[in-house]
Amino acid sequence: MSYAPNTDADRAAMLRTVGVESIDDLFVDIPVQHRDPALDLPPALPETDVIRHLGQLGGLNATSGDLPSFLGAGFYRHFVPALVDQQLLRSEWYTAYTPYQPEMAQGTLQAMYEFQSLVCDLTGMDVSNASLYDGASALAEAILLCRGLTRRPRVVIAETVHPAYRDVAATYTSALDVDLQVVPAAARDGISVQPDNEPLVEAIDDQTSCVVIQRPDFLGMVVDPDPVVQAARRHGARVVVVVGDPVSLGLLVPPGDLGADIVVGELRSLAGPPAYGGPGAGMFAVRSQLIRRVPGRIAGRTVDLDGKDAFVLTLQTREQHIRRERATSNITTNQALVTLGATISLSALGRRGLREIAVQSLTAAHHAAEALAGAGAVIATDAPYFNEFPVHAPEGAAARLDRLRRDGNVLAGVDLGCVSPRFDDLILVAATELTTARDVEALAAAWARTR
Amino acid sequence: MTDEPLIYDLSSPGRRGVRSPLPQFDPVDPGDVLPSSELRTDLPLPEASEIDVMRHFLRLSHKNHSVDTAMYPLGSCTMKYNPKVNEVTARTPGLADIHPYQPPETAQGALELIYELEALLASITGFPAVSTQPAAGSQGELCGLLSILAWHESRGETRTQVLVPDSAHGTNPATGTMSGLEVISLPTADDGGIDLQNLKESLGSGVAAIMLTLPSTLGLFERRILEVVELVHAAGAQVYCDGANMNAMLGRVRPADLGIDVMHLNLHKTFSTPHGGGGPGAGALAVQAHLEPFLPEPRVVRNGGTFALAEPSPTSIGRVHSHLGNFGNLVRAYTYIRSLGAEGLREAADDAVLNANYLRASLSDDYDLPYGRTCMHEVVLAGTRQRRLGVRTLDIAKRLIDYGIHPPTIYFPIIVDEALMIEPTETESRESLDNFIDVMRRIAREAESDPDKLHDAPVNAPVRRLDEVTANRRPNVRRVQESGD
Amino acid sequence: MYPDDLGYTREHEWVRDEGDHLLVGITAYAQEELGDVVYVELPTPGESFAAGDEFGTVESVKAVSPLYVPMSGEIVEVNEELEAQPELINEEPYAAGWMIRMAASDPSERDALLDAQAYQQFVNELRA
Repeated sequence: MSYAPNTDADRAAMLRTVGVESIDDLFVDIPVQHRDPALDLPPALPETDVIRHLGQLGGLNATSGDLPSFLGAGFYRHFVPALVDQQLLRSEWYTAYTPYQPEMAQGTLQAMYEFQSLVCDLTGMDVSNASLYDGASALAEAILLCRGLTRRPRVVIAETVHPAYRDVAATYTSALDVDLQVVPAAARDGISVQPDNEPLVEAIDDQTSCVVIQRPDFLGMVVDPDPVVQAARRHGARVVVVVGDPVSLGLLVPPGDLGADIVVGELRSLAGPPAYGGPGAGMFAVRSQLIRRVPGRIAGRTVDLDGKDAFVLTLQTREQHIRRERATSNITTNQALVTLGATISLSALGRRGLREIAVQSLTAAHHAAEALAGAGAVIATDAPYFNEFPVHAPEGAAARLDRLRRDGNVLAGVDLGCVSPRFDDLILVAATELTTARDVEALAAAWARTR
Repeated sequence: MTDEPLIYDLSSPGRRGVRSPLPQFDPVDPGDVLPSSELRTDLPLPEASEIDVMRHFLRLSHKNHSVDTAMYPLGSCTMKYNPKVNEVTARTPGLADIHPYQPPETAQGALELIYELEALLASITGFPAVSTQPAAGSQGELCGLLSILAWHESRGETRTQVLVPDSAHGTNPATGTMSGLEVISLPTADDGGIDLQNLKESLGSGVAAIMLTLPSTLGLFERRILEVVELVHAAGAQVYCDGANMNAMLGRVRPADLGIDVMHLNLHKTFSTPHGGGGPGAGALAVQAHLEPFLPEPRVVRNGGTFALAEPSPTSIGRVHSHLGNFGNLVRAYTYIRSLGAEGLREAADDAVLNANYLRASLSDDYDLPYGRTCMHEVVLAGTRQRRLGVRTLDIAKRLIDYGIHPPTIYFPIIVDEALMIEPTETESRESLDNFIDVMRRIAREAESDPDKLHDAPVNAPVRRLDEVTANRRPNVRRVQESGD
Repeated sequence: MYPDDLGYTREHEWVRDEGDHLLVGITAYAQEELGDVVYVELPTPGESFAAGDEFGTVESVKAVSPLYVPMSGEIVEVNEELEAQPELINEEPYAAGWMIRMAASDPSERDALLDAQAYQQFVNELRA
C-alpha cells in the first residue's frame, strides 16, 4: 500500500512507452551490489490499526487533562478557538507548498501578509518575516543578522533568556567568529531573586554586535530594559528582545516601543496545544532599516497586470536559492501552517479577546502564587510578573517536582536549575486562562502535602 | 482593493469573534501588579465576528492550488498525496496536548515514538544513528556539516572547505557558509554526473566534505558514486548526502551502503508530512557510527523498557531546537512509514520513478531533454526550443496555470537553460499523467502558433502576472493603518 | 552606449575622472543584463577599498550581483537617491545612476581600465 493509484496494467503500458521491460530496468544506475536491500520494517498497518497503535502510544503520555499542569517556560497552553483547526484541516492550506507561483497561491500569500501585519502590530515593529523554525532558531538568526550588520564579534546575552534558545544560538554560531557571552541578569539575595540590569550594562562594549534580553524573562519577571537599551545605543550595539509568551503582548508595552531592533519569540501557543514542543513558529520582526537583512520569506503587496491588488513573495534576493554561498542563512521552509493558525487565532480573538486572555493568564498566575503562599510556599521574587513566577523549593527543585508529581499528582512547573545552578532550588510555575480554580487548588494541596 | 479584503477591513469597533473562557478567579487588575509604564495603551488588532473570520480564511483558501486540488509536479519538493490518517494521529490528544518539559516518565509514548521513528529511518537509509531533532532539511544540513567539522576536530584536523556541485540546491552552499566553510563549486560532467578528474583536483587536505544530492537535482543517479566516495575518503574528507530526493531510493538502495557518511531526510517530502503552504517541515539527520557522538542533543535513549533523554554529551554539536524538533510532523512521518511498510515504501519509489520516466519518454519529442538517460523520480526538461520562438520557460509555467496544473520548478537547476524540473510523484495516476502530457504538448503547439497566449498567461487564475519590480523596489510588507482608521 | 570620456572594467563598472575625485557606476550593458534594478547596497563614506574589492551589490528581482571598485581609494560620497529610486540605474546609468564618488589613492591604476572602444569590443565578444 503506497497510496499510488497505478494498476499493474497501467504500469505495463507505461513501461512500454518508456521502452524498458521492467521497473528494475529503471534502477540500473545504482551499483548492482547495493541494489534492492531488504528493509527491516514492521508490517504495514491499515488505517484502523495505525490509529489504534498511535492511540496506545498517546495513552502512555500524561496530558493536561490527566495531570493539572503549570508548565510554561516558552510553551503555554492557551485558548485556541475551534475554527482554527477547522481551517488548518483544509487541504488548500496544508497540502500546498511555498507560494512560488503567486497566481495560484494568493490565499497563502495574503495570509502571510496578514500574519506579518499582526506581528508588527503586536510587537510595535516595522517589518516581520513569515516565520522561522522556532523561537530558538529565530534568536540564532537574529544574532547572525547583527553580526553581519555590525561586523562585531561579541554577543551579550542575558542569562534570563530561555536556556534552550541560548544553547541553539551557541550551536548556530559555533563555527563562526562569534563570542557569545552569557551574563547574569538576576541577582540572588537569600531565597529571593531580583532583576539586575547592571552586569548587562557593564558587559556591553564597542565590540558588542547585540545584546539579547527576554520579556517577560525566563524567570517570569517583567523588567524595565531601558538601562540596557541605553547602554546598547551608547556603544552602537543592537537590541534583540525575546518575547517570553506572545499572549503577554496583549497587555505589556510592545518591545518596539522599548527600543528593540529585533524581536523574536515562539508563536506555537497561539496556534495549538504544545505538541511536545513542535512544530512551533519563530517570530522575527525588525526595524524597517533592517528589512533587506531579514532571513526567511516575506510576502509583499503589489498589483497584477490589470492593476488589481495582489500579493507575492518579495525581496527574494536575500534567500539562499539566489544568493547561495553569499546568503547569511540557509533557511528554506518556514512554519507557514503554524503561523496561519496564529493569524486566524489572533483574528478571532481580536483586540478584546487577546487582552482578556492576557489578563486572565495574569490573574490565574497571581492566584496560583497566593494559593501556594497559603500552602506554605515562598514566592521567590518581589518583581512584577505576568503569568509565571519562581517558587522556592528548599530541598531542590528537581526533588520537589518529583514529589509533587508522584505524591501530589500535579506537574507543578519547570526546574530553574536549567538557567543556572544558582537557581536549582527554584521552580518556575506558569498559569494561563485555561488554568482552572481546581487546578490551583490541586497545586496548593499538593504543595502542602509534600512539605 | 483585492477581491478579498484584509482581515483588518472586516473589523468594526466593538465587534467580537470568540468568547474568552469564563473567569475562574476574582479578576486581578493588571495595574495593581504591574507598573503602569509596563502596560500598553493600544492594541491595534482587528475586531471581527467569528463568521467573518471563518469566511475570510475560507475564501482565501479557495485561491490556493494544492495537492488535493490537482497535480502539483514541483520538482525537488515531492508533492505527493498526504494521507488523511496522518492528520488524525497527529491530533491524538496524548500526542498533541503534551508539554515539552514534562518529565520523561509522563511522556513515554512520545519518547518511544521518536526512538522508533529514528530506528525506522535507520533501517530505510542503512545508517546506524538518526536524529529527528532538525526542524527542516536546511537545519539538518547545518547539523550534518557541524558534525563533520567536529569529527575532523576530534582527530586534530582543521579543514576549511566544502565542495558543492554546481547543480546543488542553494541551501548547500549557504549551509557551507553558515558552517564557516569556504564553498568550492564543482562543475557537472557532460553526462550530468560528477566530473571525477575535477573532483580529484579539488580534493586537498583542506576539504572537510563534499555535499552531493542523490539522485542529483538533474533527476539522475550518480553512476560513479562509489568512485566519488572512495576519492573523497582517500582525501580524508566526508561525504554528505542531501536526501531531499530519497523518494527515488526507498527500498531500492540504502545510501549508507554506498559509503555515504551523513545524510539528511526531508520528512515533509519523502514521508508525506504535509507541506503546509511552506512548512513546517522536518529534517532528520542520519549518520554513520563514527559521527554519532556529534549528533544534536538531547538524544532519546532506551534503558530497558523505558525511554529517557540522554545526559548532555561533551562531543555533541549541541541543540538546534527548543525541544526535540517538529514532533507533530514526526508523528505523521511515523504514521506514514507504519502504514506503508517495506513493500509500500518500495512501491512508492518504483511508481515515482516510473511516472517520471513516463513523462520523460512522452514529452521528449516536444521539449528538449538536456540529459537523455533514464531519470529517477524527476525529469528535467528545457524550454530552449520554445525560447527560439520567443517563449520563455516562465511563459510555459504560467500557461500551465490556465490548465489548472501547478507548474514544475523552473530555472532550476541553474546549470540547465530554461529548466523545467518535473516531479510527478507516485501518487499521480496514469490518467493524471496523460492529462499533464496532453497539456504540455498543447502548450508546445501554442508556443508555435500563438505565443502571445503564453505571454499573456495566466488568464484563468485569481490574478494575472504580478508587478514584482515595484514589490521589490518599494516593499509593502504589512498593512499600514490609514488615517482616521 | 559607452561614452568616450569614461574608463571601463571587465566587471562592467565605468569611471569618470572628475579631477579630485572619481565617479563610478555600472554600464548600460550591465543594467540591461540585470533587468529592472530593485536595490543597490552601497558602502559608507570613509571606507577604503583596493582596486577589485567588492564595494556593494546591485539587485534585480531574481539576481544579486557584486560591484567592484575599479581603482583603489576612499569613498567620499554615495548616491543616496538610489535608495528611493534604484530605477535611475536603468534609466540614466552614466548620469543620475552613478553609485560612488571616491578619492583615488593610486591614479596610475587608471591605465589599467579599458577605453570605450575596447569595452565595446569586450561586450561584443560576450554577446557573440
